[in-house]
Formats: sequence, structure tokens, C-alpha cells
Amino acid sequence: MRNPTVLASGILGVNAALLKRVALSGAGAVTMKSIGPREKEGHKNPTVLEWEHGLINAVGLPSPGYNNLAQEFEELKAIDCPVIASIYGASVEEFAEVAEAVAPYSPSLIELNISCPNTKKEGQVFGLTRESAEEVVAAVKKVNGNIPVMPKLTPQAPNIAEVAKACAEAGADAICAINTVGPGMLIDVEARKPILANKFGGVSGPAIKPIALRCVYQIYEKVDVPVLGMGGITTGLDAIEMIMAGATAVGMGSAVYYRRINVFAQVCKEMEQWMKAHEVNNIRELIGAAHK
Amino acid sequence: MSGLPRTVEIMRVQKETVEHMSFYFEYYAGKPGQFLMVWIPGVDEKPISLSRISNTECGITIQCKGQWSKSACALSKGMKIGVRGPYGNGFDLKEYKKVVIVAGGCGAAPLRPLVEECLSKGIGMKMILGAKTSSQLLFKQELLKKLGNRLYITTDDGSEGRKGFVTDAIGELLGAEKPDCIFSCGPEVMMKAVLDQCEYFKINCQFSLERYMRCGFGVCGQCVMDDLMVCKDGPVFPGEVLRKSKEFGSIARLKSGREVSLREYAEWRQV
Repeated sequence: MRNPTVLASGILGVNAALLKRVALSGAGAVTMKSIGPREKEGHKNPTVLEWEHGLINAVGLPSPGYNNLAQEFEELKAIDCPVIASIYGASVEEFAEVAEAVAPYSPSLIELNISCPNTKKEGQVFGLTRESAEEVVAAVKKVNGNIPVMPKLTPQAPNIAEVAKACAEAGADAICAINTVGPGMLIDVEARKPILANKFGGVSGPAIKPIALRCVYQIYEKVDVPVLGMGGITTGLDAIEMIMAGATAVGMGSAVYYRRINVFAQVCKEMEQWMKAHEVNNIRELIGAAHK
Repeated sequence: MSGLPRTVEIMRVQKETVEHMSFYFEYYAGKPGQFLMVWIPGVDEKPISLSRISNTECGITIQCKGQWSKSACALSKGMKIGVRGPYGNGFDLKEYKKVVIVAGGCGAAPLRPLVEECLSKGIGMKMILGAKTSSQLLFKQELLKKLGNRLYITTDDGSEGRKGFVTDAIGELLGAEKPDCIFSCGPEVMMKAVLDQCEYFKINCQFSLERYMRCGFGVCGQCVMDDLMVCKDGPVFPGEVLRKSKEFGSIARLKSGREVSLREYAEWRQV
């Protein structure tokens, strides 16, 4: 990777052309919107909202299904940075099915979305315990060819570090943490109704940064594989904080709302400025610095 | 200003044509071409262009087709809806002195505040208003009153004005005198034809586009067209951007994100 910033899954990653634009605007790697086994519409609107301290969303994992994405994968080859294929399923078998279908397109990484809080069957349920998480990782590791596998974990797990450790032991090549927090909800007091059509949704943005930092800090202590840290990162200092907690690279999603698409280039510049001022030559020196 | 939906009370309702209705409420102003995310609690939320922008009220106009739109058209005075926005870029009148506005069907809605802005700024303007048939000509009486013989009407079936498409009228209009810019909104196939004409006559043009949206503020990527987010980079795009587009006039995405032909997309949107 040319820099440690990564576009998080579920943001902008609907097609290859827009992912390419994100790459050209400075991201070190980009993640496709989570791909499912079958075509899925997702929830009705409102699905994504901005509130005082972040975003809340319940998009509901819409996906054309892997069968309808051959052309996008073809176009993704023109992107000059690593492309992460995020996948989901409603069962261990479905995770394996999608991974097997996606692997031949040679993404740089397969991200296992075992942490989406917005659907009943797919998602968070797999990331809540070490047993279910390692089952998904182990099943995918049988069909992934040589593509590295990275589960994305939920902060709702009672012990996220234990889940991460189990995933690593099951063969995960990296750990991604964290997905959105919650679910949470917002109520319109005039309408006297939940605003999200799904009632509940994942909370992201600046409000969740302390939770994300704590999770990555704990995971770093338990695993040796690289951690892609995300959750509330919007500035270069946020990114350095996350790296000091133990992340090798940092993901950003809601930050695109606050600082638009060129947030990746801006964050890199801010990191460089801090490093220069503190005479740090290589960002790798800072990985896990807060543990020493 | 954006953020969460703000509750507004519908102050008045106007039946515009056999299939179009307008709803007016107090809201802070936006620019012509911008849109609101309009939430009917318990039903759904949709991006709708502002069809009226004034110091006292904002308005939206809806074609009463499709599930959400039918719910919207059942709204009456005193009822409450949630609105957030305005979002998007809006039309850019720059320093133009003479413009032509081309509206097809429901496309007259976002162009109506642009007509007002041209009139108040004294910008020379002609308008072409087209529809399938006479009874679907949106804002006809109002525009006739304001524009008189500067309004050209076309209907596909010839039931009023000139029989044919708006593009037929453009050809005649441009033969006489070249405007600085053409502003257009309507069915995308129509806009594609208008773009081709503007290219032929070498005239600047801007178009207001529509895609299925979720967030409205450039994060979710749902409304992507090529590498553009229609909600944030648009919904108004200059002709030179659309000329380079592979998807304008041919491809759109369903709610799942699957690419389909514009025809299939349009059929789905009517449901």
C-alpha cells in the first residue's frame, strides 16, 4: 500500500468507477460494498442519516449478488491500489459460497462482514462469539484460493479480543475492527416514530472513535496479524491515534461525509506533518506505540 | 443546512394536472435544481426537487405514480411530513444573458424556480414545455401567464401546441437565435436528445438527473452514475460532463445496486 488509509466497506463502493475515483483521490486501498450470495434490495428509506455526533445507517446490505458483478470485477483491475472485496452471507455455507465465487477475481483481500448490525440473518450474529466467527473464517479459508482473508468485527461482541484471537487461530490473515456500533436509534418527536425505516441502525462517525480505539488496543494485545483499524477516524491525528492503538492501516467511511472524497489525501498529509514535527520517519514505528 | 428530517406542516395543496400535485410548506430556501429528502413517516423517503422557492414557502411537485408518490398525493393541508436538505448543487446561471429552458413531463418541477430566478434577474428566457398529452402539461397556465409568447408547447399526441417532442421545437428555436445556455429536465432519453442537439449547435447546457438515492449527501454511493454521485456531484450536470458519461441515457441502478437499462429502471420506478 502506498499509504495506510483505506476506504471502508459500505461507503461509495457500489461500482468500479467510483472506487477508482476514491483511489485516484488518495486512498491507499479501497473496499467494495459488501457482496451477498443473491440480489438483495436492502431496507426502505430513511437508511442513512446525519445526527449531531456522527451518522447512523440501516441500509440493509443491498447487493446485486456476486453473479451480477463480473463486469465490475473486470473494471476493478484498472485500479492502481489494492481492492478489498467485502462479502456477507446468512450462513457459514453462504459465506463460503460467496468467497469461492469472488476469489477467482483476485481481490487483494476478502473482508468477511460478520458484523453488520442491520439485518436479522446476515451479519452481526456471526461476529458476536468466538465460536461462530472462527467457523466462518475456517470455512472461507478452505475456498479462498490464495486470497488473504480478513474478518470485520463488531464492538458488540462481549470480548472482541477473544473473537479476534479465535479468527486468527482459524487462519485469518488480518483483522478489521470495528464495524458500526449498536444498533442505535433516533426518534422523530413530532412524528413520534423511529426515523430509520429499519428502526435501528449502526452508529458511526466521531462519536464512536473511543470505542474503536479501545477495541483495536485490546485486539493488538491478542493477535499477531495486522489490524485494519476504523471507527470515527476523520483527521490525521485520529489516524495516528488508531495506529498507536495497534492498527497497521486505518479505514475511513463516515469521514467522507465530513471532508468529502479527498479526505484520504488530507489525512495522509496531516499524518506526514505530525511525523515530520515529531521526527518519525516511518509510520510503522508508531504501530502499537501506545502499548509500550 | 442538512441533518435530520425537520417536521413541516403542509400549508396548501394544489392539483396541477390530472397526475401532478404540489405541496407547500414553510422551509428555508434552497437554490433552483436542489432537492429535499421527503419523508412520509411509516411509508418511505424520496429525493424530490424543489418546485417553489420563496421567502415564505417551499414547494414540491409529485407525479402520482408509484407507491410512495401515491401516499404523498393523499396528503392534505395540515398534515405533517419530514424534510431534510436542500441537497445537491442546483442550476448555475453564471453570467448568462439569454437562456432556453426545456422541460419534459415532471421535469418542469425543478425548472419552475429557475424560471422565477431568470424573470427576477431580467435574464432573457424562452421555455419549451412538453408532455405526452395536453392534460399532463405541468404548470401550463402559470407559465403562460408569466411568459406569454415566450412559452412553446409540444405534445407527443398533438393535443395541444406543436405535435412532437421538445427537441423538434428546439431545432426551430435555435435556428433563429442562439442562447448562452439550455437548461433541461425530463425523461433521460429526452435529455440525451437535447444534449445531442446542444452539441450540434455548440451551445452550453445543464441537465437535472435522477437516480435511486439513499443518503442524499454523497456517502452511500447508491446513486452513482459512472464515477459521479448524482446526489452530491449533481443532480445538475453540465453537458460536457454528460458527454463523457458512459451511463447517461442508457444505464441506471436498481435498489440492489444492479445495473439495468434505463427502460427497465423507469419501469421499476413506476411501481
